[in-house]
Amino acid sequence: MSRSVPQMLEDWEPVIGLEVHVQLATRTKAFSPSAVHFGEPPNSLTDPLVLGMPGTLPVFNKLALELALKLGVATSSKIRARSRFARKQYFYPDLPKGYQISQYDEPLCEHGHLDVLVGTTVKRVRLTRIHLEEDAGKNTHVGAVSHVDLNRAGVPLVEVVSEPELSSAEEAAEFMRSLHRLVRWLEISEADMEKGQLRCDANVSVRLRGEDRLGQRTELKNINSFRFVQNAVEHEIARQLRIVDDGGRIERETRLWDADAGQSAPMRSKEEANDYRYFPDPDLPPLVVDGSTMGTILHALPELPLPRFERYQTAGIARDDARTLISDRAMADYFDAACLAHPAGHAGHGGRTIANWMLTELLGALNTDGKDIRESPMAAETLSALVVLVEDGTISGKIGKEIFAESYKTGEAPLAIIDRRDVRQISDEPALWEIIDNVVKASPKQAEAYAAGKDGLFGFFVGAVMKATNSRANPVMTTDLLKKRLGR
Amino acid sequence: MSEWWSVVETARRIADGEVTAFRVVEDMLVRITRVDRDLGAYLEIDGDGARTAANEIDRKRKAGEKLGPLAGVPIALKDNLVTKGIVTTAGSKILAGWVPPYEGTAVEKLRAAGAVILGKTNLDEFGMGSSTERSAFKKTKNPWDSSRVPGGSSGGSAAAVAAGLCAASLGTDTGGSIRQPAAFSGVVGIKPTYGRVSRWGVVAFASSLDQVGPLARTVGDAALILQTICGHDPRDATSLDVPVPDFSAALAAGARGLRVGLPKEYFAGELEEHVRAALDRTIAALRDQGAEIVEVSLPHTHLALPAYYIVAPAEASSNLARYDGIRYGLRVEAPDLLTQYSKTRGAGFGPEVKRRIMLGTYALRSGYYDAYYKKAQQIRTLIKRDFDAAFESCDVLLTPTTPTTAFRFGAKATPLDMYLADVFTLSCNLAGLPGMSVPCGLTPEGLPVGAQLLGKPLDEVTLLRAGAAIEAAVGLGDRRPGGFA
Repeated sequence: MSRSVPQMLEDWEPVIGLEVHVQLATRTKAFSPSAVHFGEPPNSLTDPLVLGMPGTLPVFNKLALELALKLGVATSSKIRARSRFARKQYFYPDLPKGYQISQYDEPLCEHGHLDVLVGTTVKRVRLTRIHLEEDAGKNTHVGAVSHVDLNRAGVPLVEVVSEPELSSAEEAAEFMRSLHRLVRWLEISEADMEKGQLRCDANVSVRLRGEDRLGQRTELKNINSFRFVQNAVEHEIARQLRIVDDGGRIERETRLWDADAGQSAPMRSKEEANDYRYFPDPDLPPLVVDGSTMGTILHALPELPLPRFERYQTAGIARDDARTLISDRAMADYFDAACLAHPAGHAGHGGRTIANWMLTELLGALNTDGKDIRESPMAAETLSALVVLVEDGTISGKIGKEIFAESYKTGEAPLAIIDRRDVRQISDEPALWEIIDNVVKASPKQAEAYAAGKDGLFGFFVGAVMKATNSRANPVMTTDLLKKRLGR
Repeated sequence: MSEWWSVVETARRIADGEVTAFRVVEDMLVRITRVDRDLGAYLEIDGDGARTAANEIDRKRKAGEKLGPLAGVPIALKDNLVTKGIVTTAGSKILAGWVPPYEGTAVEKLRAAGAVILGKTNLDEFGMGSSTERSAFKKTKNPWDSSRVPGGSSGGSAAAVAAGLCAASLGTDTGGSIRQPAAFSGVVGIKPTYGRVSRWGVVAFASSLDQVGPLARTVGDAALILQTICGHDPRDATSLDVPVPDFSAALAAGARGLRVGLPKEYFAGELEEHVRAALDRTIAALRDQGAEIVEVSLPHTHLALPAYYIVAPAEASSNLARYDGIRYGLRVEAPDLLTQYSKTRGAGFGPEVKRRIMLGTYALRSGYYDAYYKKAQQIRTLIKRDFDAAFESCDVLLTPTTPTTAFRFGAKATPLDMYLADVFTLSCNLAGLPGMSVPCGLTPEGLPVGAQLLGKPLDEVTLLRAGAAIEAAVGLGDRRPGGFA
C-alpha cells in the first residue's frame, strides 16, 4: 500500500515550470495581411503566405512587437535591442510552411519576473524568456478524414517561459491567473482561454526535498483553463510521486491532458521528439528595438496590478476588496476615477466607502444584467456623488441604495432623484424633535413600559419615527433624540 | 526581322508606330513554335495572354495614352517566377500544374512597364543545377551547339534570349544561375546586389542568396530591364530601401580611368585554354581603352564552394518543406500522414533536389548548427571582407564567368563535377555583391565565352559601364548562333 500524497509530499518536492502561449491582439497576422478573428468559417482568413505558397515572404507586423515589448517591460525583462527570428522545423498539416517562425537563441526578452499572488503572499516567479512566434493552424479529425483550418495560422503569439520554480498546482494556477490578468491589463491580448488565446504547457518534475538537481520532467500539453492547469498539474504530481516513492523512474515524455477523463496520456517519448533544426530565418532581418520605441512603450505603460494592489491596501482598502479591484484594469480604473471625484480621495473613509458601494451595489447590479464594468451605465463620478450624499447625511444609506438602483436604471443624477422623490434626510434638530415628540405621545403605553426597563421597545420607536418620516429621519440623530425624549 | 531587335529598338519602333506590338508578339510566337520544339527553352507559352497584352499596348498607343518604357517588348520568365494565372512549376513535378493566385513583384513591374510576357522558361528543378539537365520536364539545348547544355539553372531563359525567342528574359541567380548560363549561351546576364530586386514571388531556393536579374543580348537591354525590376518592396523584408540610379546613363562612359582588378585566385586554377585567351583579349582591350589593370587577391575564394554547399542546401531544405501535398501541387495518397508525406515528396522531387534537402537537413541537425551553418556564415563574412579589401584598390573585378565553355549533355558525371561549374560565380552571392556576365568572344569552335564583372555593393552602374566597354571591344556583335539564326 503506497503512501498518501500529503505523506509523500513531506519527502518530495514538486517543481513546475510553465510555457504559456498568449495570442497578441493585432488586427492582422504576424507576417501577412490576413485578418485575425475567432470563429470565422474555416480557411476564410488566409492569403498566399498563410497558405505557404511558393514565393511568399514574411514581413513582420510591428504592432505585435509593441505588444510583446509591453509585456517585456511590465515583467522587468531584459529587452534585446537586436533579436532574431528563427525557423522551427517540423512537418504537420497545420503548419503550412513546414516551419514555424519563432525565436530561438536570440529571444526578444529574457530574465524578467512575474509577481504572483499566492494566498496572502506575493511570490516572485522568474521568467526565462518571452519570445515572439506565429501560431499554427488547427487540425480536426472526423472519422478517417482530417480537416485543416488555417485561420489561426500566422496569428502572432508570445511564448512566456517561466523558470522551474513553482512548487504546487495551486501556484501554477495562480501564475496563470496573474499572467492572464497582466496581459489583459496591458491590453495586449483578450486572453480568452476558451478561444485558445491563452494556452499553457507545464513541465512537471519531483525531487527529494533538499536536492538541488531537478528530477526528470514530463511535459503536459493541452491545458486550456485555469481549472485544468490545477487539475492536470495536481494529477501529474501525484502520478510522479507514486512512481518515485515506489523507487521507480520518471520517463521523459510529453503527455496530453484529457480534461474530460481527468487524466493524461503519453503523447510522444523522448526518442520520438522532433529535431527542430532551428536556424535564423533568412527572410527576416534582425528585429531591432530602438530607443524611441522603448521610450513610447515605457511612457504608455499603465500602473501595474500589484503596485496598485499595494497602493489600495496602504489607503486602507480591505485586502479582499483590493484584490477584487485589481482583477481587471477597467475595475481599478473605475475605482480610481470614483475616488478622484470624491473630496477625500482614496484615503480613509472615501476609498473604503466607494469600494463598498462599488463591489456590492454596482457589481451586484452589473452581475444581474450580465454586464462588464466597461459597460456600466453608471459613471464613476455618479457613484462617487451618491456616496458623498450618503456620507454628508443628505440621504440615509438605505435611501442611498434605492437612489442607486434608480440612477443605475434610468441614468438620472442621484441629486435630481432625491429632490424629485423628496427623500432628503431630516437632520434638522427642532423638526426631528417635534416628530419624535408626536410619536412618543401617540404611544404612551409603550413609553411607559420602556421607562420601566423594557429596552426592546426602543426599536419600536425607531420604526415608528421612520414610518412617520417615510424613512427620511437621520438615524443617528433619531437615536440620540429618542433617548433624550424617552428619558433613558 | 523583329525577332532579333533589341529591347531598346523594339520599344522605340512600337512607340513610333513603325510596327504594332501585336505584330511583334505574333512573329515571336510563330518563331517560338518553329524553333522551340527542338531547342526546348520554354516550359509554357502564354500565347493568349501575350496577344491580349500586345493588343492593349496598341490600343493605348492609338488612344494617345502614355506607354511604358518596355511597351510591347516580348519577355520570357524563368519558371520559378510566380505568375498569376500562368502555371508555375520551378521545373519540378511536385509543382506541376500549379496556377498561382498572385503575381511576383518583378513580373508585376515588367507588366507595369508595358512588357509582354510570352511564357515560362525551363530551369534546373528549383534552380538546383548548372546545366538545366535537372529539369523534371525537358532538356534545353545550347543554341550555339545543340549537343551542349545552355548552362543553368536559368538555361531556358539564356537559350531563349540567345536564340531570338524573346527580346530579353528574367532569371534567378543563387550561385551563378544567371551568369553561368549567360556565359554558356553568349548573352548578357546580371545578378543585382542582394536586396535590389524583390524576392516576392520568387520560388525560394536559398533565401539569403537568391536574386532576380535580366538576361539580354546587349548590355543596354540588360540595363533597361534591370531599371524596371529594381526598387524597394515592402512585401520583401530583405529588399533594400535605397534609390535606384539611372543604369543606362553611364553605359557610354567607356573604360578610361576605370580601375579593373584581376583576382589572381580566379586565374590560377585550371582554366580552359580558349577561356583564358578570351579573357586575355578582354583585359588587353580594356587596357587599350585606358583602364588601369591591377592584380588583387581574394584569399578565401577556395572556401566559397564548401560554404555555399552548406548555406544553400540548409536554406533549401527548409524552404522546400512546404511541398507536402496538403494544400497544392502533387499529392500521392496514402493511408497515413507520414507515408503520404514521404510518397509525395519521394515522387515529386528529383534526385538533385533530394540530395540537397538531405545535405541541408544534415547540416542543420541539432548540435551541428555551429559546425556547419554558423561556420559557413562566418566564411561568408571573410569572403565579404576579401571583397571590401580588393575594392580599395579597384572599382570593379574582372574574372572568367566559368572555367570552361558550355559542356556536352551528360558530361558532368558526378554532383561535385557539376558543382565545380559554378566555382567562379558563388562568391558573389555569398557576399551579396552585384555580378554580371558579358560575352567576350567565341572560341575557334564557335562557343561563347563569358567575362564576369563583380562590383561593390549597389554599384551596378560601374558593372554596366565596364560591361558596355567589353561588349564594344570584344563582344559578339551581330554574330548569332548558327543553328537557330
